[in-house]
Parts: sequence; C-alpha cells; structure tokens
Amino acid sequence: MNPIRRVAWVPRVGAKGGVLSSLTGRLMAIGAAVIVVAALIGFYVADLVRSPTPVEASRKGGVYHVYLKTEAAIGPQDANPSWVSYLIKNPQGEWVHSTNFKVPAHALVHFTVYQFDGDSGLRNPFLSQVHGTVGNRMLVDGRPLKSIPPEEASHTFAVAQLGLIVPLRGVPEDEDDQCEEGPCNLSQAHETIEFTIRTGKPGRYRWQCFVPCAAGFLAGFGGPMQTIGYMDGFLQVT
Amino acid sequence: MNEPNHFRRIVIASVVLSAIATPIVVAVIAPNLPPGDSSSAASGQVYDNTVLFGIVTPIAASILVFFAYSLVAFRRRADGPAEGLAVRGDERVSVWWLAVTTVIVIFLAAFGTVELADAGAGGGQGPDPAFKPDGKAMPVQVIAQQWEFTYRYPTYGGIETAHLELPVGQQVAFHVTSLDVIHSFWAPKLGVKADANPGVDNIAYVKPDEEEPFEIHCNELCGLWHGYMFDTGQVVSDAEFLRWIHNQQRVFAPAAKVLPKYSNHYFPEPDRRGG
Repeated sequence: MNPIRRVAWVPRVGAKGGVLSSLTGRLMAIGAAVIVVAALIGFYVADLVRSPTPVEASRKGGVYHVYLKTEAAIGPQDANPSWVSYLIKNPQGEWVHSTNFKVPAHALVHFTVYQFDGDSGLRNPFLSQVHGTVGNRMLVDGRPLKSIPPEEASHTFAVAQLGLIVPLRGVPEDEDDQCEEGPCNLSQAHETIEFTIRTGKPGRYRWQCFVPCAAGFLAGFGGPMQTIGYMDGFLQVT
Repeated sequence: MNEPNHFRRIVIASVVLSAIATPIVVAVIAPNLPPGDSSSAASGQVYDNTVLFGIVTPIAASILVFFAYSLVAFRRRADGPAEGLAVRGDERVSVWWLAVTTVIVIFLAAFGTVELADAGAGGGQGPDPAFKPDGKAMPVQVIAQQWEFTYRYPTYGGIETAHLELPVGQQVAFHVTSLDVIHSFWAPKLGVKADANPGVDNIAYVKPDEEEPFEIHCNELCGLWHGYMFDTGQVVSDAEFLRWIHNQQRVFAPAAKVLPKYSNHYFPEPDRRGG
C-alpha cells in the first residue's frame, strides 16, 4: 500500500470532467458575470455623465447672446415640478429646460438672466461681488452694479474655473404678481440681470449656483443643487 | 540524503538582499517619493517615510526571500509526500522574533512621538495642534463650500479671495473650515491635508520652501461637483506676494465691505435658506 496520502482537494491536471474542468467552468462563469456587471455599470455611468446636447448661443451683430431664466419651481412639465431651476432660450426663441450651453472661444458673450425667484441669501458674502465679467460689473434692471447685499441674493451664476461670479438679486417679497411656479413670463415680477464675458480658450467648464436655494431640502443643499440640469451645468467653449 | 540548513540559507539570502535593497530604497527611492520638499511639512513627511522605508525594507526582503525559497525548496515533488515537513516550535526563533519585533515597535513608538512633537508627523495639525512653530505664522483662513475654496487673509484687513498665494519661506497657519458639509483641504505638494468641518477651526502649519505652483484638491467626497473642487495655488517671493495681496484688496474691496468680521470660527449667515 502506498504510504503517501493524497490530499483530496489537489486537482488532477488534465482529468476530464473532474475537479479541474468544474473549477475552470466556475471561474469562466464568474469571469463572464463580472464582465457583464462591469459593462452594465459602465453603460449606466456613461449615460449618467453624458451631457445632453448643448444649447447654442445666438449671434446678433458681433456679439453672442445667451438668455437664461430662473424659476422658483419649474412647474408640472418637469419630473421634479417643485424644484428651482435655470432654463435657457434656444436659437428658435423657445425656453428649454437645459443648463448645458455652448459659446464660442475668444469671443464676447452677453448674458441676460431673467430672475423670477425670491432671495435666499449667500452663505459666503464674498460671492456677492461681481467678478470676471467685462468691467467686473453687471446691469440689474439697467442699473450698473458691482455687488449686491449678500442677503438679497437669490442665486449666482458662477464658473469657478474661470473666476466668474455673478450674484443674482432676488425679487423683493412685496412685488406684485410673483411667479410661484413655471413657466414664468416677463409680465410677472422679475429682475433682469445682464453681463458680458470674454471667453478664452476652448474647454468644458462647469457652472453652478452658490446660494443654498433648494427649497424643501436639508439646509437648501439637496435636490436641484445636487442634480445636473437645475442649478448647475456646463458651459462649453468651442 | 542530508537535509541542507534551510534557515541559514534564508538568513544569508535575506541579509544579502537587504544589504543591496535598503541603501537603494533609503538613498534613491524614498527621498524622491511625494510629497517632495516644497515645504517644511512635506520635507518632514519625506524624512519620516524614508526612516520607515529603511526599517521596512529588510523585513520585506526577508519575507520575499522566505516566500521565494519556500516555493523552490519546499515545492511538492511528484514522488514526494503530499504534506510538508512537520513544523515544530523553536525557542531560539521565538526569542529572536519577540526581541526584534519588540525593538522595532518601541523604536517606532519613540520615533513617532518625537516626530509628532515636531513638525514632521502632522503634530502641527488639528483644532488644538500639539506642535506650534517658533515665531509668528501668517494666518490664512481656508473656507470650503460646495464647491469651491476661498481664502481670507486676516493680516491684510481680512480680505477674501478665490485664489491662494503664499510668500516663500514664511510660516503659514491655515485655519481650515467649511460653510456647509465636510470637505478636506489638500495641497499634496505642501504636505498639507486638513479636514474642513463646519464650525471647526482646523489648523495646519506649513512653511513653503520653493517658489512654484501647487495643486489644491478637496479630499472628502462632498457632493455633485466634488471632482471639480480643485484649484492651483502659488508660492511667490515676498515682494510678489505683497503686490498680489494689495491688488486683491483693491479688486475685492466691494466684497470686503460686506464680509463678517474675521473670526477663526466661521458660522455663516443667513440662517434663512431655501430649505
């Protein structure tokens, strides 16, 4: 009798239908499952980060124009009707729910923001000063301003990568005909904020609102503040 | 057939490999690893890491030699036994093992304590730092919020800017805080990483030694744009720094008028928010 004991789990190389083939089969199945799951996660992430088609700035004379508006609640046409949001006017003159827009590089771009929301106030008063626009100023209802009282800010349009900060003053509470829910129109109470920027090199820059303006969410920082397409988006300089 | 003295072979091979690897690791590899020598804190971290690498390399070499030797010498042969040789206790090995590990652990504890009391091992960080550098440190408040860092310079009228510049060779005390959620101020090249907690004044000392740009990142997952919460700072000469800070005072004068009085604890207004 052979005194050498064989260990039960040691696979026999080349044994057909034995432990080896079973192990190989299991490894292949696990490998295939990992690949499938990884592919599904990859598709999901790719879909998540894929930017929607950007809205292009319209051109009048030598200047490009971007028209934005902010609404306290975007309204029933959206999946999140109570969420605060930016909207943009497309070259056909229609307001669309997008926060992703395209402007040319090395060009003057004039922004007009129709602001329909009330004030929430800035947590950091530093952001109440206009910076990064031509002349470091803006026009509010036609009046040039370099800053606003921080407590009167409703939103900001800010591109940290470009050093651009534009605080948007809120509609005073005592104004008549406030727009509580979108779609808001220009006959209702609003502030008109205008500013011009000179774009630099091409790139994809994210922009955001710095005011904790997400009503109904913890400290105003959830929901539309944490979801691309409402209070933040991309400025594509091409 | 006589069994060779495996232990002696392993010891000799370990000593030879350690004698070759340790000087290479200590003199060439470890000093060139991040964060580099751009600041006193960074240099201190490199020194600490070099000492630790010097201790770890012989241990790692011995383990690798043992693994490699075992794979070759104790491999299962076609006509050999399925199980290896019986391993029995050896008092000498046990005593040496205990002695060596005790010495290493006690040394590391002493080294770590000494370094913690100095600038090297992060002793100069935290709400109540164990280490405070001699002389005066220029305070710079780092204010984190979703999703940008801004900086206040109380020495220069409490001016706030969106860009960080530091004078070379001057001790700086970062006072790191947050206006909303937990962030982390991380300037890898300067060897500084400090949590930014709301209502907390987290201090980190650093003395930049090189005039060069440095990256700043948020190192705490802080929301939608965490991955975009980065910036580039700059270490410049004293004269350049003064020019820059005076320019910032001029540019951000309107904002300076509405900033709250400087305080190491930043409890932001307003209480009323969209939520």
